[in-house]
Amino acid sequence: MSGNGGRGTILVIGGGISGITAAIEASEAGSDVIVVEKEAFVGGRVARMNKYFPKMCPPACGLEINLRRFRTNPRIRCLTLSEVEKITGTAGNYTAVIRRNPRFVNEKCTVCGECVDACPVERPNEFNLGVTNTRAVYLPYEMAWPSRFVIDGGVCPGTECGKCVEACPYGAIDLAMQAETMEVKVTAVIWATGWNPPDATQFEGYGFGEYPNVITNVMMERYASINGPTGGKIVRPSDGEGIGSIAFVQCAGSRDENYYEYCSGVCCLGSLKQARYVREQYPEAEIHIFYIDIRSPGRLEDFFTATEADEGLTLIKGKVAKITGDPAGGSLTIEAEDALTSQKITRTVDMVVLATGMIPVGIGDTEVESDIQIDRHGFLVGEQPVAGLFATGCARRPADVATSVRDATSVAMKALKFHVE
Amino acid sequence: MDRKVAAYICRGCSIGDALDIEALMEAASDEFEVDVIHDHEFLCGEEGCALITQDIQDGANALVIAACTPRFMTDTFTFDGCHTERVNLREQVVWSHEPNDEDTQMMAEDYLRMGIIKARKIDIPVPFEEEVDRTIMVVGGGITGITAALDAANIGHDVVLVEKETQLGGWMNRFARRIPHEPPYREPQPVDLSALIAEVEQNERITVHTEASIEGISGQPGQFDVKLKANGSSGEFRVGAIVQATGWKPYDANRLDHLGYSASPDVITNVEMEEMIATGQITRPSDGQPARKIAFIQCAGSRDEDHLPYCSAVCCRVSLKQALVVREMDPEADAYILYKDIRSPGQYEDFYVRAQEDSGIFFTKAEVTGVSVGGDGHPRVEAEDTLLGEKIELETDLVVLATGMVPNAADSESIRKLVDAEAVIAKGEEGAQLNKAKQTFEDLNHLTDTSLLNLDYRQGPDLPVFKYDFPDSHFICFPYESRRTGIYAAGCMRAPNDSQVSSEDGSGAALKAVQCVDLTSRGEAVHPRWGDMSYPDFALDRCTQCKRCTEECPFGTLNEDEKGTPLPNPTRCRRCGICLGACPERIISFSDYSVPIISAAIKAVEVPEEWDEKPRLLGLLCENDAYPALDTAGLKRIRHSAWIRFIPVRCLGSVNVVWISDALSKGFDGIIMIGCKSGDDYQCHFINGSELMETRSENIQEKLKQLALEEERVKLVQLSIDEFERLPEIINEFADEIEDIGMNPFKGL
Repeated sequence: MSGNGGRGTILVIGGGISGITAAIEASEAGSDVIVVEKEAFVGGRVARMNKYFPKMCPPACGLEINLRRFRTNPRIRCLTLSEVEKITGTAGNYTAVIRRNPRFVNEKCTVCGECVDACPVERPNEFNLGVTNTRAVYLPYEMAWPSRFVIDGGVCPGTECGKCVEACPYGAIDLAMQAETMEVKVTAVIWATGWNPPDATQFEGYGFGEYPNVITNVMMERYASINGPTGGKIVRPSDGEGIGSIAFVQCAGSRDENYYEYCSGVCCLGSLKQARYVREQYPEAEIHIFYIDIRSPGRLEDFFTATEADEGLTLIKGKVAKITGDPAGGSLTIEAEDALTSQKITRTVDMVVLATGMIPVGIGDTEVESDIQIDRHGFLVGEQPVAGLFATGCARRPADVATSVRDATSVAMKALKFHVE
Repeated sequence: MDRKVAAYICRGCSIGDALDIEALMEAASDEFEVDVIHDHEFLCGEEGCALITQDIQDGANALVIAACTPRFMTDTFTFDGCHTERVNLREQVVWSHEPNDEDTQMMAEDYLRMGIIKARKIDIPVPFEEEVDRTIMVVGGGITGITAALDAANIGHDVVLVEKETQLGGWMNRFARRIPHEPPYREPQPVDLSALIAEVEQNERITVHTEASIEGISGQPGQFDVKLKANGSSGEFRVGAIVQATGWKPYDANRLDHLGYSASPDVITNVEMEEMIATGQITRPSDGQPARKIAFIQCAGSRDEDHLPYCSAVCCRVSLKQALVVREMDPEADAYILYKDIRSPGQYEDFYVRAQEDSGIFFTKAEVTGVSVGGDGHPRVEAEDTLLGEKIELETDLVVLATGMVPNAADSESIRKLVDAEAVIAKGEEGAQLNKAKQTFEDLNHLTDTSLLNLDYRQGPDLPVFKYDFPDSHFICFPYESRRTGIYAAGCMRAPNDSQVSSEDGSGAALKAVQCVDLTSRGEAVHPRWGDMSYPDFALDRCTQCKRCTEECPFGTLNEDEKGTPLPNPTRCRRCGICLGACPERIISFSDYSVPIISAAIKAVEVPEEWDEKPRLLGLLCENDAYPALDTAGLKRIRHSAWIRFIPVRCLGSVNVVWISDALSKGFDGIIMIGCKSGDDYQCHFINGSELMETRSENIQEKLKQLALEEERVKLVQLSIDEFERLPEIINEFADEIEDIGMNPFKGL
């Protein structure tokens, strides 16, 4: 990995779209890159999305090109199922301790699938909200990279079962695989650790977790996806029935002093996009969007204008106060309040989508010797005061994909300079 | 070096269970005379690879690997000095067809033949390598350009920084305060660029030219020859790649009559407000008295179909900043912000909250209907409160119009039309063409001398603009991609934004420029065919000067001589092959992708001579999206008709129509081409490849008519990569359609 006479070695923590981009862009400019991804595949949040706004194009399209660049670039080394435990040192000379968790499937795997047929254990498929199951040995999703099976060590009985080992014609399964730690020397570190959705059960009055037909925007992406739990059909979770009306609740837990005070910057466009998913499947459905401000900067305004032209879509400026319904399912009643007029608005709908925001992952459990500057919301400052440390993508600020990619490219550039003698 | 073809058939992943491997091997060795052939239980394993390595040591240099998709085990089957041709027996044959079936076997044999023929014909690309200049030129010395210059210099590149004004700094020089870009995101921050400018001036790698304009740029990445006029004198130099950071100008407030800009001196723009803040006094321009009641009208000419339909993304935060600064300068002043939506995304919400906490800043969601001059001579704002539905009238001392940003970019394609029209007019030959040219000249004359880069490119002198004159990439995943290799847009000329984002944008674009010179120096392509060393060869002695290649290249690669013969610029090329598809004389070839190579693959298919219930269909498949979708369908074991034979293409735009006639004369009964979405929201990685194929398809339909063939025999389909479940359906439906139409009458002739 070293001694190429190139531009140093950069550690990228996180293999979502920002991390992938930072890695590709830095490596194509001559740097070696080590990408550490905690999941069994790269792609992170975007791999779970149905379409991108404003082009309504599938994330897999750009990922295919990017992963080709990623997997064929000899300068990039990607460690999945791995976490960075510790970072010490100074710019140009950092040491990272990486823990590599066992996959139980080695590089001999050809994704032939013989192991799956042999595996007797099932587990909820977290990729699809736990609605469907996979076996204990599974491929995270069709186009996952690395395209290699993985065994869920939490449910696999291990060697006492061993049916997969017998079934695999290629000796690709190693149930004795152990976690390992390794040390790497790097010149700079980029945190591209991304975000998680908030636990929506905390939002009082919104009924998430209580009413099955209240879902989040992140869940909606899975429902709308062809490889999602319903094969791409948007239906009421309570009974699998189609919908006649739906409401999007913007700023659910965001711009709210009781929960998260910042704006996540993408949820307006996300809901407008999801309104289009609904319209495509239900030409007659009533769609309501409750909002504080619609935020569609730049030429994304066109996406807002075009979506707003939908005659079955109503925009209501008002913060939703309460959602009520029947815990067994059925329709939901939304009460919203206009802060200025104090007028009460109510709407009854079949399904509610909470537009929840992004919670930054930050540095997570990594122990870092240097002082890391984090804002009060948990986002990392992009160019850290300590030289050679950077954050990008949603670890730095809530952002959409295009912004994250742009940002990751710029941060890759900043990180390159720390090899200079 | 003699070509020695070695073929390998993997039996793993059910291939061996579903196919008669001996028969396959016989087909390969008897008919196609491969030099070496092996089968193996697990070709990608150590033993399998050792087998291949041994053959390479014994002289094999063209490998046919009949196993899984080329998207899998790519590194495993890549060997130095050898071409590897992958035959996708796994995903596209055994995983998507009936095992041990005659049709499946025939399909596998055909794919193997196609692979062997390709391996025989494909030459390993020899990279185009010439002396490459690694200097980066940055056009524009604002915050974006300064950052680009410093970052490129800091990683070891020489930089030429070109600025049209007398000094560096751009708009930021004129502003006293900026939006807070770091925690706690609450207070307006002072602006001081002097340290950055000094860093530029002291950097030995950076040469700064002020009062400069570009008179011309010719050449190609790695070899751009620049003519520059600076400080009154002219000079010439060579650079490797370019960052364009020419910034923005405010929208012309004189067009905003309804907002009273020309009616009262006390109606000013946000830029004029910045300049007023910098003076330290907030006064009414009409009488110099302190301005204490100030209205900020948001989206003045923005989000407005009659003016700028887009949002400039910064004006809300700029007004928040100006309101806070006004209040700080004069605690007795009040600020009224009239807005459509307050757009303070991310952590800037804290800045909005800070402004809301100020008792002298008032926010009203309102549709401003007009600004008039009141009896006292001061501006009066009339608006409708969109929440309360009430009319509002606001007497003010000062109105600030939050006008948006217009990119300092040139409309390259229109300028090119203008130049072409001027040439026709200069020729003066009477006729319809001249009249058309005169009309074009009238329509576009205002663009004379508006070029910024003055590129010597057949397709126009600047970066092609996308929408609203921004040369943005239109790619969500690849925001820096431009349609001119080696020239990257950054900052507010690419997309409206604040100074922080612009500065970041400068870094990103500089990185793309650095990559471009690095890759070019090794003869490698930039995105999306990163690392590809092939480039097109033109057999110009057979060129008929039809200009299709020079017109259709999405990247403006080709110039023309006076007669219209293409003048190749290999380092501008992205290797999409659209020129190859366009050329009616078939004179354009890549060493590993050409009309003869694909034609040979088509002809390698054994088409049953009689209909005999075994029709043959040809599928030309975009390798970027449709091919992975077909692989995914295979992974999911979804079946499709065994009548079809697929050939991946670099882009649908690279499909030469001769392949269609080759297929029809070979006896194929139908041809389906599957590529990416075209139109405004195109997904084609080469911009308009699939759109070009639509146009060419119309010509194909004409030809079919002439041959008295049914037009349904040739079909064009657009597909997204995630439509892997739909793809087999499309294939099966096409097979049904062809079955209904019946046999290709040319079969067996």
